[in-house]
Amino acid sequence: MRRAFLTPILFLAGLGTVFGLYLWQIGSGEKNISDLPSALIDKPAPEFNLPPILEGGAGFSSAMLKSRVSLVNIWASWCPPCRVEHPLLMRLAREGVTIYGINYKDKPEEALGFLKDLGNPFRAIGADRTGRTAIDWGVYGYPETFVVDKAGRIRYRHVGPLRGEDLTEKILPLLKRLRQ
Amino acid sequence: MTRAAILLSVLLFLPCPLAAVEPGEILKDPVLEERARTISKELRCLVCQNQSIDDSDADLARDLRVLVRERLTAGDSDDQVISYIVSRYGDFVLLRPPVNKSTAILWGGPALILLAGALGLVLYFRRRRGIETAKPLSREEEARLAEIRKGDAP
Repeated sequence: MRRAFLTPILFLAGLGTVFGLYLWQIGSGEKNISDLPSALIDKPAPEFNLPPILEGGAGFSSAMLKSRVSLVNIWASWCPPCRVEHPLLMRLAREGVTIYGINYKDKPEEALGFLKDLGNPFRAIGADRTGRTAIDWGVYGYPETFVVDKAGRIRYRHVGPLRGEDLTEKILPLLKRLRQ
Repeated sequence: MTRAAILLSVLLFLPCPLAAVEPGEILKDPVLEERARTISKELRCLVCQNQSIDDSDADLARDLRVLVRERLTAGDSDDQVISYIVSRYGDFVLLRPPVNKSTAILWGGPALILLAGALGLVLYFRRRRGIETAKPLSREEEARLAEIRKGDAP
């Protein structure tokens, strides 16, 4: 009799704990419900060959990803969170991290103005005027940052602006591991 | 008059399917366009996650609608178009989740809960029947009961 009474209560308490923990993780910013796993993790980066922002000079192509561990950042001058994370990219570049940029649906002069004002952390930049390359990367929010290993495979994807703790907790340790 | 009023109110409250498809996107071939619409309704817009790309005004949804139409024009089958998008955005892009390992709990959950409920009911009724068909009194108990009753008699 006691058990029949206790079972539903325990069951509800268990469910409540699970939901509560989930809510708590969302509330504390540990879990972002709009973060999606990338379908491309551990797969080779998509093939592309993008022109530079301005005619002349080199662009950015998938072949360049196959020599070293690198970050690929998809950004645009019209994207406010891209401005927010830019100082972190600059810091990474100073620390010797190779960062490539895909400039998404941007006006060339505005993209160049952005880099002139805030600095250019990119080893190479490709201009994705149609947004097709971003679709091939499965991008849906801007900015997005991918970690690509020496073999040119995508190992990690971060949606939204990078924060200091994303670097110290996830990206920097992963870069270190991949370089070995 | 009343009939017209009823008709009008019915028309007003009919669910109105609003699509975000812009005139410039529509394919000339009506059969292909129809297929594009059907596919688009199955694909989630990842920017506004509870809308399909057919409903969404987001820039990315528009690009994906155009991409779906391009693939169809290039001769892809419906499944090929869908798997083209899924290979880039993952299963989450499908508004109807497929049955696979990671969605097993989602699809199997209701059946499991139903089963657990049925099991609980069976156990409950079994036990109740057990209570009703209590063992008859033993000979000693009968004798003792008779003793007690005798004492009660006036």
